[in-house]
Amino acid sequence: MDQFLTTLVAILNSAISPQTAALAIAAIGLNIHFGYTGLLNFGQAGFMLIGAYAFAISIIGGLPIILAFLIALVAAVLFALILGIPTLKLRGDYLAIVTLSAAEIVRMVGRSSLLTNITGGSNGITGNEYRGPFTDLSFFGDGRIDFGPWNYDATGSNGWWFIATAWFVVALLCLFVWAIMRSPWGRVLRGIREDEDAVRALGKNVYSYKMQALILGGVIGAIAGVVYILPASLQADSMGRSMTYFIFTALLLGGAATVFGPVLGAIVFFALRLLVQGLAGQFVPGTIMNGQQTEQFAWIVIGITLMLVVIFRPQGILGNKKELSFDVK
Amino acid sequence: MTTLTVPKRPEGRVRVWRLAAMIMMAITAVLLLVGLGTTPAFATTTPPPTAAAACATSATTGCLQGTIKLPSGDPAVGIKLEIKGGDLDTVATTGSDGKWSQAITVAGPYTINLDTSSIPDGAVLDSAAKNPATVNGALNKNVGFVFKIVGGTTAEDGTTTQTPTTDASTGVSFDRFLQQLVSGIRLGLLLALAAVGLSLIFGTTGLSNFAHGEQVTLGGLLAYLFANVLGLNLILAAVISVAICAATGYFQDTAIWKPLRRRGLGTTQLMIVTIGLSIALQYAFQYFLGASTVRIDMANPVTVQLGPVALSQQSLVSMAIAIVVIALVGFVLVKTRIGRATRAVSDNPSLAAASGIDVDRIIRLVWTSATALAGLSGVLLGLVLNGVNWQTGLQLLLLMFAAITLGGLGTAFGALAGAMIIGLVVELTNLVLPGDFKYATALVILILVLLVRPQGIFGRRERIG
Repeated sequence: MDQFLTTLVAILNSAISPQTAALAIAAIGLNIHFGYTGLLNFGQAGFMLIGAYAFAISIIGGLPIILAFLIALVAAVLFALILGIPTLKLRGDYLAIVTLSAAEIVRMVGRSSLLTNITGGSNGITGNEYRGPFTDLSFFGDGRIDFGPWNYDATGSNGWWFIATAWFVVALLCLFVWAIMRSPWGRVLRGIREDEDAVRALGKNVYSYKMQALILGGVIGAIAGVVYILPASLQADSMGRSMTYFIFTALLLGGAATVFGPVLGAIVFFALRLLVQGLAGQFVPGTIMNGQQTEQFAWIVIGITLMLVVIFRPQGILGNKKELSFDVK
Repeated sequence: MTTLTVPKRPEGRVRVWRLAAMIMMAITAVLLLVGLGTTPAFATTTPPPTAAAACATSATTGCLQGTIKLPSGDPAVGIKLEIKGGDLDTVATTGSDGKWSQAITVAGPYTINLDTSSIPDGAVLDSAAKNPATVNGALNKNVGFVFKIVGGTTAEDGTTTQTPTTDASTGVSFDRFLQQLVSGIRLGLLLALAAVGLSLIFGTTGLSNFAHGEQVTLGGLLAYLFANVLGLNLILAAVISVAICAATGYFQDTAIWKPLRRRGLGTTQLMIVTIGLSIALQYAFQYFLGASTVRIDMANPVTVQLGPVALSQQSLVSMAIAIVVIALVGFVLVKTRIGRATRAVSDNPSLAAASGIDVDRIIRLVWTSATALAGLSGVLLGLVLNGVNWQTGLQLLLLMFAAITLGGLGTAFGALAGAMIIGLVVELTNLVLPGDFKYATALVILILVLLVRPQGIFGRRERIG
């Protein structure tokens, strides 16, 4: 019972943690690419990493936080342009392969020993080096705030200030996506997903719309990167290919092409992992499965869940099967 | 009245499988022949090396660790590191293997201060290294940190002079070029083995199989299991591993991919299913083996000197096997009925079906041989790199995608050409750029080629639109 309670508290903690919010934001961005426009972007983690590096390095370089944040967004725009120009006229799988490769290039360059002075190489940049200006913005005061099972510092890293801002950003972005997808612009995107040629026949410049969608989703990905590193540290390897896969898993779990799907998916993703790990730790004797193995077992379950969701419920928890034809051309 | 001549259908199941069996036997024979030709073909049955278990991670402990080497490449023994942070203030010392580790029970930043006086004479800490360094310790994790020691002298007053590096490792000389060229060909051949299968799967089913890298890893790990853990003869172990890999392809198609094709799942959906499979397999490997690198052949590699080029015996044998098997695959594709049928399905499945080709059977055969080839690639890669771990194939996957995109998606011969180019680029990059960049350049080239010739080298225009 004790273990069960521990698991429950762990799940509740992960449900509101800034890292979950960051995954949700990244998934919201990917949702614009994949869910609404049908673009196969396998480099969302690359956008996160670009944003994170731009933000952290700008702050360390002495720029004010607002400017650093803007630089992160501009970096994501440039990255999207570089990716989009060669690939958006080609078939979907080319975009997939190029985005995947480009994200890996960003990671490899970031962790390269040549750039240790700027990016910290494979050790990355510790949070203390760039967190200061953001912590200073806090108006939560010092001390601790206890709220049900959640007890955190008011302002310290991983405290309420970080949690509140992260989820505030999630809420803003949800509102933004809801609004923009009801607009004529959003309808064109959905049209491109359903039938590119039909949209082209209506006189729309499909290439330009796809590019706009790629940039918008990428910029949201960069925001996710900033939110992700603020309470933690910046390490290139933490935003590698697996991260992209996890973002996809969260998006598909919650429901692509829905407003709240990415958010719900991110929470469920972490909860599911902790639940499986907790249950395995409790019910399977340590001789069969040790502590490390329960964690890996949980990831195996995540992988299989992704397969099953895509096969049996491609619309996810919240999605509408009719809306999502799912097949990218 | 004209009589319609229906092209003679391959005589069903028997014929396909006779051919598949022939290919398998040929691969076996090649493996045996090449293996007998070289003497140290028998794996020693030493038990797997126990990892330096000075520090084990758990939910409540984490590890800081690293390896320090002397400029000569030998482990640096007895280097003292002062570690402060959390509730710790202690000194760790490197052991006879140059490794140090420190268990921690509190997550957070730790400062590591290398005691420069403990460095042996003739060597100094690299001036670019941060000392003291700060690392973020985490529970349940191994956090590594590397101090680089270079040649140099320490003066009386403690100032150090670094010996200018002679740049033996990055300078461009003709000998080094040759060495990297041969390494490039080696990587290209092993890459080609795996990439051909990926390309054929893509050609016949339209599926980009993200779990193909795990098939490569599986081959290597199975070879480790049979050759090292169970102590079988290396050749036998390789043959069994490849056979098991082939079986995984066969059963995968039976159990997963064929039913899903019947269900009418789109290729994007299928692609994401393979991502799920890839995640599950990666962690399954870690579940059984942990994150450690294991060796298939415990004997130390014997190096053969060919002019200026030094290669391990394993590399030579692997390259020979790869060449023969690739030639065999090419022959089958061009000259045999099955090969022609495969190319026909790859070209246009409906038309192939209409002309009497059993598309499902061809796809089954493609899956079986693709996974067998990937497995073989994994075994050879494990021998060449002298180690396999759970992400050996994962690291190769992007290179495979780059290779088949470069060659032209879905064309088998394009995959061969693309793999050779990627292999060469990756290894030759080492001449001018540090090792961190070698994969990155291959991917940059991929993106550049897509700008100029999106259909790849052998691809056709209409495929890309």
